[in-house]
Amino acid sequence: MAYVPLADQDHEMEMHHPHSFVEKYVWSQDHKVIAIQYGGLAVFTGIVGLVLSLLFRMQLGFPDTASFIDPNFYYQAVTMHGMIMVVYLLTALFLGGFGNYMIPLMCGARDMVFPFLNMLSVWVFLLSVIILMASFFVSGGPTGGGWTLYPPQTNLAGTPGHDMGIVLMLVSLAVFIVAATMGGLNYVVTVLQYRCRGLTMMRLPLTVWGIFVATLLALFAFPALLVSAIMMLFDILLGTSFFMPAIIESGSPLDHNGGSPILFQHLFWFFGHPEVYIVALPAFGLVSDVLSVHARKNIFGYRMMVWAIIAIGGLSFIVWAHHMYVSGMHPYFGFFFATTTLIIAVPTALKVYNWILTLWEGDIRLNAPMYFAIGFIFTFIHGGITGLFLGNVVIDLPLSDSYFVVAHFHMVMGVSPVLVVFAAIYHWYPKITGRMFHEGMAKLHFWCTFLGTYAIYLPMHYLGFLGVPRRYYALGTTDFIPASAQDLNTTITIAALFVGASQLLFFINVFWSLRNGPKADPNPWGAASLEWQTPDTPPVHGNWGDSLPTVYRWAYDYSVPGAEQDFIPQNTPEEEGPTMNDDGMDKEA
Amino acid sequence: MSLFKNVTAKPWERKGVIGGLEPEGAFESPNEKVALSIFLVVASVVFSLFTVGYILRMELPDWRPLSEPTQLWFNTALLVLSSVLFQWARNITKNDQEKNIRIAFFGAGAFAILFIVGQLITWDNLQNAGYFLTSNPANSFYYLMTGLHAIHLLGGLWVWSKSSIRLLSGAEPKDIKLSIELCTLYWHFLLIVWLVLFALLSNT
Repeated sequence: MAYVPLADQDHEMEMHHPHSFVEKYVWSQDHKVIAIQYGGLAVFTGIVGLVLSLLFRMQLGFPDTASFIDPNFYYQAVTMHGMIMVVYLLTALFLGGFGNYMIPLMCGARDMVFPFLNMLSVWVFLLSVIILMASFFVSGGPTGGGWTLYPPQTNLAGTPGHDMGIVLMLVSLAVFIVAATMGGLNYVVTVLQYRCRGLTMMRLPLTVWGIFVATLLALFAFPALLVSAIMMLFDILLGTSFFMPAIIESGSPLDHNGGSPILFQHLFWFFGHPEVYIVALPAFGLVSDVLSVHARKNIFGYRMMVWAIIAIGGLSFIVWAHHMYVSGMHPYFGFFFATTTLIIAVPTALKVYNWILTLWEGDIRLNAPMYFAIGFIFTFIHGGITGLFLGNVVIDLPLSDSYFVVAHFHMVMGVSPVLVVFAAIYHWYPKITGRMFHEGMAKLHFWCTFLGTYAIYLPMHYLGFLGVPRRYYALGTTDFIPASAQDLNTTITIAALFVGASQLLFFINVFWSLRNGPKADPNPWGAASLEWQTPDTPPVHGNWGDSLPTVYRWAYDYSVPGAEQDFIPQNTPEEEGPTMNDDGMDKEA
Repeated sequence: MSLFKNVTAKPWERKGVIGGLEPEGAFESPNEKVALSIFLVVASVVFSLFTVGYILRMELPDWRPLSEPTQLWFNTALLVLSSVLFQWARNITKNDQEKNIRIAFFGAGAFAILFIVGQLITWDNLQNAGYFLTSNPANSFYYLMTGLHAIHLLGGLWVWSKSSIRLLSGAEPKDIKLSIELCTLYWHFLLIVWLVLFALLSNT
């Protein structure tokens, strides 16, 4: 019997070839169009988040110069910036954007397993963004309780957006979780079921592994946010006391009684910590592939990289309380979470070593994506090491809620994943659009972003050591903070404005090159993985023409001794390339 | 291939097509069943977290346990019957038979609807007896958890009603075989969730 891949046994797949413009680009069920929709919407939301950060940086750098930035607006901007960047930009971009684009192509499938559900996912995501943005236009504005939304503070009259803003935020998050779950089921089942012939799990590129495990984390961690959002909505709208303790607001006692704010914190961080890895794991995967391709070497320690992704994913569920050391906990409890936190550094460090060893003696091509990938190694090591500081209870206590924490998490889960986003967009741009971007402009964009973000976040560590607290609208006068801290804040704001403005280079490059860039080679970097082997560039609906590819090797056959080219595509049959044994030595196939 | 063997394979060593007709490591079940199984794990996480919240909140001093109405036993029986009938419907289609399929499939849904009606009556009785949502956290959790369970059941009934309409409008039972199988799996899951919730609610 002739081999019929699972993906081709599904007759429904053939039925929805789009005909009209609306079917093709609006109500599209093509994973590539959905990926662009997801990614575009995430980036749009991210720009809102970026502008908000520049506005509150204005207040910190040049206090009271912009009259519309009052304390309420400041807190709302800080809160919305945090939530938008973590959930609506990074999560949606990595899973909905890159996950959608890469998984079917890298798995050699025609599309996702459930294309209709996939389409539904992006439209529900749009709904969640609309609800989120609506909170800017309701009375009281968006919530200003900090992105962690801790009750009771978030729900009390002193906090901006305590009436409608917080309700819309929670509803938007719940809707987002529905979208993420629909998408997530698709990604996981596609990776499990729709891999083409010969493509074992251990032959998958690390991009797919990173997104796959991150999606599992999302599926199992978002419920904690959903549960806390539902219970908090009950507290706010129906007057229950799940989280709200007996409390006096503006002199009069509220109806709540006996609720536990700490319970909310546990639920929130049971989601919140895996969320860090929902963002980080896809970035790890994408950057591994970019490094390997541009270093013309197989990724060092592929199996270890896969195991590390799985180990980090598993461990990320038992470290959450390190975000709550100052909430008052039993010392042994803190000890446990400090230990697990430090253990998670082991597989993470292993990945960093393997990236560096991938570069070692590689035939490195310093293309623009490689700039960003190598930049990522710097920022990630930097942010990771400050994480080790904060993972220890005794060091965390004095540094908690200071700018050191802000600097740490921006380096590790802000700048680092964003550098990978740029690396990945530049790397796959030729495949996605069929055009080349402007190399010089991309490199200029790199230097502005890389050096600029260091100019922002490096001084913040020092502010943290001084004891400058985060989230404060104005510092006032304190004995322990010297007046020069304000000069540092001004410098940081100037750097932030510079970095914000320099992102225009990226957008100009991406949009200008769409029409004016030179036509791209189908495989300009000489990459071995499947997505570069499509018959059309950009890939058309159905991806693979008449028949699905067959895979004969892993995704990292670079610089194989004796081979004609310095890469062997995954779908090149056995005879055409020699195989390697364990030591990387030639062995006749 | 076992998971362990899978992740310890050395991909750089083995060249050529690996595996038989199916991609290696894929489940043999239909994709919909794989997706539903993963979704059931997600739903379990949701219910588990509510349970954890319940247990933690219970330890605070203002907790006044709710004495669960005996009607819940009757409701439980309805849900058990619903599950049993789904299993019957599944067995019929699995053996490629048609006899009694309509009785089993429609009956299963009907008992599920009765269960939800029963739950609503229980809510009503509790309200009348003065056990309001906000009067105590135990009450809040009772309404929240039973409500969430009922919403999951309603989701299942939506799929059931779509298949029922197909069955009524002349579809062969074998056409909705997969749908029946998935409903059965889902109903058994919700029955187990209900039994755990019921045990938790009535023992605390």
